[in-house]
This record gives sequence, structure tokens and C-alpha cells, in this order.
Amino acid sequence: MPSKREPRPMGRPAVPEPSLERAKILDVQDLTLRFGGLTALDGVSFDIREGEILGLIGPNGAGKTTCFNAITGVYRPTSGDILFQGTSLAGRKRFQITKMGIARTFQNIRLFKAMTALENVMVGADAQHSTGIMSALFRLPKHRREEQEGQDRAMELLRFMGIQRHADELAANLSYGDQRRLEIARAMATNPKLICLDEPAAGFNPAEKVKLMELIRRVRDQGYTVLLIEHDMKLVMGVTDRIVVLEFGRKIAEGSPAEIRDNPAVIAAYLGVDEEDAS
Amino acid sequence: MSTAVSARPKRGAGLKGRVVAMPKPLKITLWVLLALLAYALPLLEPPIISPPGTDFGGVLFTVTIYCLVALGLNIVVGYAGLLDLGYVGFYAIGAYTAAILTSFHANWPLLLALPVAVAASTLSGVLLGAPTLRVRGDYLAIVTLGFGEIIRLVATNTEWLGAAKGISNIDRPPGPALFEIPHLNWDTGTPLLDFNDTTTVLQFGVLDQIPYYWLGLTVVILMLFADRLVKDSRVGRAWEATREDEDAAELMGVPTFRFKLLAFATGAFIGGLAGALYASRQSFINPLSFLLLYSILFLAAVVVGGQGNRWGVLVGAFLVAYLPERFRDFADFRVLAFGAALMALAIFRPEGLLPPRRTVRAKQMEQEIDALEEGAETDGETSRA
Amino acid sequence: MNFEFLFNNFPELTITGLAFGAIYALIALGYTMVYGVLQLINFAHSEVFAYGTFAALWTVLALGGDAGVSSGRGIAILVAALVAAMLVSAAIALLLERVAYRPLLKRNAPRLIALISAIGASFVLAELLGLRDRVAGWFGLEESLSEYVSGARINRSMPTLLERKKLFSFFGYDVTVIDVIVIVAAIVMMFALDQFVRRSRLGRGIRATAQDAETAALMGVNSTRAVQVTFLLGGLMAGAAAFLYMLKIETTRFDVGFLLGVKAFTAAVLGGIGNLRGALLGGLVLGVAENWGSALLGSEWRDVVAFVLLVVILLFRPTGILGESLGKART
Repeated sequence: MPSKREPRPMGRPAVPEPSLERAKILDVQDLTLRFGGLTALDGVSFDIREGEILGLIGPNGAGKTTCFNAITGVYRPTSGDILFQGTSLAGRKRFQITKMGIARTFQNIRLFKAMTALENVMVGADAQHSTGIMSALFRLPKHRREEQEGQDRAMELLRFMGIQRHADELAANLSYGDQRRLEIARAMATNPKLICLDEPAAGFNPAEKVKLMELIRRVRDQGYTVLLIEHDMKLVMGVTDRIVVLEFGRKIAEGSPAEIRDNPAVIAAYLGVDEEDAS
Repeated sequence: MSTAVSARPKRGAGLKGRVVAMPKPLKITLWVLLALLAYALPLLEPPIISPPGTDFGGVLFTVTIYCLVALGLNIVVGYAGLLDLGYVGFYAIGAYTAAILTSFHANWPLLLALPVAVAASTLSGVLLGAPTLRVRGDYLAIVTLGFGEIIRLVATNTEWLGAAKGISNIDRPPGPALFEIPHLNWDTGTPLLDFNDTTTVLQFGVLDQIPYYWLGLTVVILMLFADRLVKDSRVGRAWEATREDEDAAELMGVPTFRFKLLAFATGAFIGGLAGALYASRQSFINPLSFLLLYSILFLAAVVVGGQGNRWGVLVGAFLVAYLPERFRDFADFRVLAFGAALMALAIFRPEGLLPPRRTVRAKQMEQEIDALEEGAETDGETSRA
Repeated sequence: MNFEFLFNNFPELTITGLAFGAIYALIALGYTMVYGVLQLINFAHSEVFAYGTFAALWTVLALGGDAGVSSGRGIAILVAALVAAMLVSAAIALLLERVAYRPLLKRNAPRLIALISAIGASFVLAELLGLRDRVAGWFGLEESLSEYVSGARINRSMPTLLERKKLFSFFGYDVTVIDVIVIVAAIVMMFALDQFVRRSRLGRGIRATAQDAETAALMGVNSTRAVQVTFLLGGLMAGAAAFLYMLKIETTRFDVGFLLGVKAFTAAVLGGIGNLRGALLGGLVLGVAENWGSALLGSEWRDVVAFVLLVVILLFRPTGILGESLGKART
């Protein structure tokens, strides 16, 4: 596991090749999750290719967030496996998974409210650091180097999100939209390869959604791979390369936005029609 | 130091703003002067402040011990957000280790016993924390409360630890008698040098507690620096992130358990140090010095001043330690008044006297934005975690 | 380790342990219910209990109870004492809710601040009891009330009104009327409370508020009322515990609440905080374990046994013996 990677240079152009020919970055294999009698995920398999934006959609309660939680180590799969760059995530702690290169945001914003925006992002950047209490106490070179590096990176990300002027404000005092943006910046600061966004557009108006779509594309263009959970079909169709559709914990469709748009099972799931009637 | 800010906390916040905005050399000069004033305080014996009938130096020493304890507990409660109701346990372990090694079972000099005492309390912090920090916050409160009581009861019931009688003749720090400094005498209304009332510099005696106060004050100042250095680093951020949202912190790559344990151990370190210093000054300890009540007083010191803010907790420590000494005349009603004050504080000023930062820069920035956007931004209010 | 003593006195230790445990359990209910609903350690609940013991004591003194009275009159006095203890404790609990908690809850203050407020309230209440002679003095009443307020800081005893009659023998230990009353009364009250919370409308409101205060409020539950009822019930139970305590121990003092409060909270955590049946189980386990432990190691280790038991159980079952049934699920 690469514990230290150089922060990626900003502004790298997107790779033009078709996404399915690229290497698998995340491989979800036959993932099943049960809570007591409830089966939240039932044999779900899909993969994410390097540099793509994959949409994970489905009606409420389809298991999208559960799937997220399984990937980021919050839940342990009942069966099945998740491979990240060929390494199984089974048995790894949440912070270890983050350090391996998977970062996430939360559906209901979970910032460190009593810390400033800059500090929030620096906590993310600290994932790549190892300063301990002694280095901090005696201001050893390691502390100074990592602190500088973390601060630079955090400021760069705040600028990228367009919220640099709020750097020294407490996260709780930011506007709703800025808090969402700050969450993305914090996740990016951990220097992930894969970044998982859990309904980043929730609560946005259409104009803000368009801006966010643009932003997600730019995140990808920086060289990150993006896994996106989203409710808003328009946004998902507009920004993703491929889409995986879940319903009742099962994968019912997978394909390009155009294919998904015409898929009868998906239409049925979203319109609430019985599957037999639709097909 | 604490006295300057303590008297009028509301103004203190504004004062802090002005201090931060000063040029650096001026700032340093100001701090040095303040520190000198703090060192000289017991010699000046200013009226009103110095409590009638008791040794001012001794009272001030107690204040420094409370400050030290409050700084340590603030790391656990204020920074890392772990509710510890048994902090007195670490204090007791430090005190007893120093007592046993310098008097009861060995004849070590204090300076040799001190590191061992601190190591013992730190170790106890790790041993207690390793299994218990995995349980949820409120359970931690009751487990630590139990720990504090167990320590005291074991000391009470064990002959080897002096049982209820306690341990006496605890060693004092070595100190050469260099020269004598006269105190001020205010009896006539104007300050006069009083050559009959002097302090021998660096003799840690029974009667004159002032050198102890100086020692305590020095340790507090060192801890303040250390606290600042650690708080303003990856470690401090990890503590705060854990306090704010443990799950989110873990998912941002913070090994929260390790950092909680570190906070616990650091708190235990400082608690043990405070306990050992206290034991040396008292020269005698028994289990009654380590009642659960003290854990609660320590916690009150942290919360009263404003947990998470190092100056706030110093103010809290000062109030908790000093007010009861100053108002000994009302001795019977002390606890009652203290309880009422705690309630009033919680109800009317729930963030403590000095709430944790709302940085000056943030405020300035807010004003700039307000000016830019002509008040379109409506976030003047402070919201809390 | 004095195994012989433990073995020889096993029945007695167990029965008296159960009696103590029943008292712990009744007090623990107050902690566990308030915690279940507000996620708040009601530190001042110990004083709710302490005031109950004094209410019982004063009622007995006021009604002229002493060891000589006829058993019929004695029982009438005791019933009056029980009612007084429950009323006074309930009143103190409601007062606490009104003065120390509601202003904070309204503003959604951090929970640690609520704990500080509770600690302050606890000091104030205990000290008022401890200074009751002085307080009476302010009104010039210390002469006329001297029977009640003198010796404010020392133990005060209640006359024995109920003969400690042997009821039956339990493996050689003569179980007295008092033991039976304490254990049976506690269990009956807990059963009644459990049924109340499970079946009544107010009880449903409490449970709904405990699970999700916001949703409950949206569904029309008056959450302020639910909180008040929670404190009221906790106070009533603590009052009953205070009466039973006086029946068994017959002595009280101004700071009696402290240790019992800590033990009762331990019992609540032991059983699984927020869980009513857990409080009963936790109390009984604690009472018995304490007795056995102190027989084995010496009575000075009694409290150590209690706390070590707590730590050990939490290490292996972090949510208590029965788990948290009223407690919120957290992610």
C-alpha cells in the first residue's frame, strides 16, 4: 500500500480513452449485506474504472448508501469482497481504507463544526502525514514540513472549490452550499484515488446543481476517479460516464447514461410500476 | 497571568483581540511583564486580592496546581471530548508514587521520584484507556468515576500505602538559599518594604510557600507552551476532529482510538505531575485529599472557564481554587455558593466564561465579506458544536 | 479471601444484598429514564433520593412515631411516610427539571453543560440540607423546628416502627418482614412502572421521545410533557426507594445521596442504561455482588467490588447486561 504519494499536480487533462478499457480501480464482487433479517445488499457486483465518473442510482432504500458504507469500511460485508486496486478491503479499519486512497463525503453533512474550514481540510490532508506528539512538541523538521505541505494543499483545495475566503471561519458558520463544497475539499485532501460523493447536490437549486456538475467534472479532470450517488436523474445523466442502478439491494441495470435512460427495468423502478408489467 | 484576564471575562475577549493585533516585539514584552507580575504577586501582597488570614503564597500555589490539573483535563475533555469523572485518580497516583518513593518505602530525592511518579500515572492512563476508550462516551464517564474511587479506596484500605493515616515526610525539592527578598506591607495604606517578612529565594520550606508557587507557576507556563505547540499540530487537529465527529474523523483517516489514548495518557501525565508537586508541598497526604469531589471540581474548572480554550480553563481553575480561599469567612456556605454559581453559569453562559475561539481573523474576514456583499451574508451569530 | 465466612453466611448475604439491590434499582430508574429520554446523566438525582429520606424521617417525627406505638398506628405512620417521601422526591425532581435542565434544553446546550448544571444543583440541594439549621435560622424557626433541623451535618435516625419480625427461614437465615417488604415493594413498583411506560399514552409518549424526539414532536407528542413525566416518575421511584432505605437502615444524613446515587447509576449502566428491566437486574446484581465481595475480602472493599464489577462488565458487554432498549441507535 503506497503510504506516501505525491499530491497530484492540479489541472491534469482528462484521459480521452473509453472508460471500460482502463484498469479497474474498485471491484465490488458479489457483495451481500444483511442486518438481522433485512437484506440491504444482495449479491451486488460492479466495478469502477480509473478516471471515470460512475453513478450509483436507485430509488430510496435501494441500498446506495449501504453500498458506500461497505466500501468505506463502515459496515462489514456479510459475504462477497471489495477489491481496491487488486487488494481486498476485508478486515481493514476505516482510517486504513482512507489512507489506501478511498475518500468520501456524507449525505447529511458531517463537518467538524467547531473547527475552521482550513482546519477541516487539513485533517483530511493529515491522513498522509505521521507527525506525532514529540515532533509537534519540539517542532521537529518533520512537523514543519508536513504542516506547511498540509496547509498549502488545503488552501489550494479551498481555492479549487472557490471557498478560500472562508478559510478561517468555523465550518458551522458556512452557508449550506459552502459546507457541501468544504466536504468535497476535505475528502480530496486525503489524496484519494477514488472519491465517493453521497448525494452532493441534495438541497441545491437547479443553478447550483449545474455548477456542481461542472465541479465534479473538474474533480475528475484532476485525475480522481469519482463514485457518485445521486437522486437527481438529470444531474446523473449529465455528468456520469457509466451508471449502476440498484433496487431493493440488487443491481438491476448497468450501462451508459443513454442505455440506462431507455432501460425498462429502470423506468419501472423509478415510476414504481411492477417489473412484469413493464417488461 | 490568569489574574489579568480573569476579573472581567467579557472585556478579556476584546483584550485578546487587541493583544493579537499588536506587533510581535510589543506582544512579547507584554507577556514577559505579565509573567513577572505573576511571579511577584505573592511578594506584593496586594490588598483585597490576598486572602485575609492565610498564607497568600500557599493559596497561589494551590491555584497553580489547579491550573495544571485543568490544563491536563482540558486535553482530555476540551480537546478530545472524552468525559473523565475520575481525573483525581491520576493525581492520586502521582502523589502516592512520589510519597512512597521519597518517604514511606524508600529515600529517593524528589527529583528522582518525580519522573517515576509521572511515568506511573501515564502508564495508568494507558492501562485504563486501552480497554475503556472503546466504550461510548457516557460509559467512559462512569468507568473513570469508578477508577478514581477505586484508587482512593485501595489507598484507604492498604497498609502498604499508609491506609487512612496517610504518608508524611514527603521530600521537598532541593533549593539553595541564595538571598532574601522583602515583601510589601500595606498596613499603613501605602506599600512599604517589610524586611521582617522576607522570602528566601529557592528555599522550599514549611512556612514560606512562595518558592513552591514559583515552581508551580513555572511548570504551568511550560505546560502552556507545550499545550499550544501540540494543539496547533496534526495531533491537536486529530483530537478536535475526534471530538466533533468520531466517525467522520475515522473516515478522514484519523486513527481515532490511538489519538484518544494519546489524549488520555497526556492528561494522565499532567495529572500525575500535579499530584506529585502537591504531595511535595503538603509533605503529607492521605486518601481524603483525593475524594471524588475533587474530580468534579477539576471538571468544573475546565467547563467554567470554557472547555477547549486554554486561557478559559486557567480562569476556571483560578476561580475554583481561589474563591473558596478568599471567602473563607463564609466557609459554611462555600459549597452552596459554588453549586449555585455552577448552575447560574450553565444556564446563563453555557459556553463558559471564555468560550473557545472564534478567531480574530475569522471575525475580520466576516466584516470584509459583509462590506463586500453589503450585508447579504447573514451570519453574525456564533453557532456551537 | 475469607471463603468460609462467605459460605457460612451465604443466605443472609444474598437476601440483604437483594434488599440493597432493590433500593439501588429503584433509584437507578430515575437515571435510566432520564438518560433514555434526554441522553443526560441526571447527576442531581441522588439529592432527589436524599430529600425523600428526610421527608420520611420528618413525617415519622411529626406524627409522633416512636418504638412504643401500637403496630396499627405504626403502619399508618409508615404509609404516611411513604407518601410524603414519594411526593417530596417527585417535587424535587420536577423542580430540577424546571430550574436546572429546561433552560438548557431549550437552547440545545451541549450535554456537558447540562451535566455541570446538574452537579451545581446537586451541591446546592445537598448543602441546603446540610445547612438546614441555618436556613431555619433565617426565618427564626430553629427553636421551634429544632427536632427536625438540629444536627444538620450528622446522622439522624428514625425510630423503629416495625418490629423486625422473623417471617421465615431461608437456609438458616431468618428473613425479616423488612427484607420482604423492601424486595417485594421494589419489584411491584418496577413492574407497575414498566407496565405504565409500555401501555399508557404518556408512556408511549416517553418512549417515542426517547427514540426520536423530533419525529415524536412532529407526531404530536408534547415532548416537554414527556420529559416532565419522566422526571416525575423517576422522582416517585426515588421517593419509594428513600422510604424503603429508611425502613431498612433507619439513618440518614445530608449527603446520603451521593454514594447511593453513584451506586444506582452504576446499577443503571450495568443493566444497560435506558432499559427499565436492566435497571432492576443491574441493581440486584450489584447489591448481591457487593455483599458477597465484601464478605470475601472484608467490608472495606465493598465499594471497590462494585466499581470493579462495573468496569469488568462494560469491557465485555459495552452496552450493559441487557443492552439499551430505550437508547437511541447511533451511526
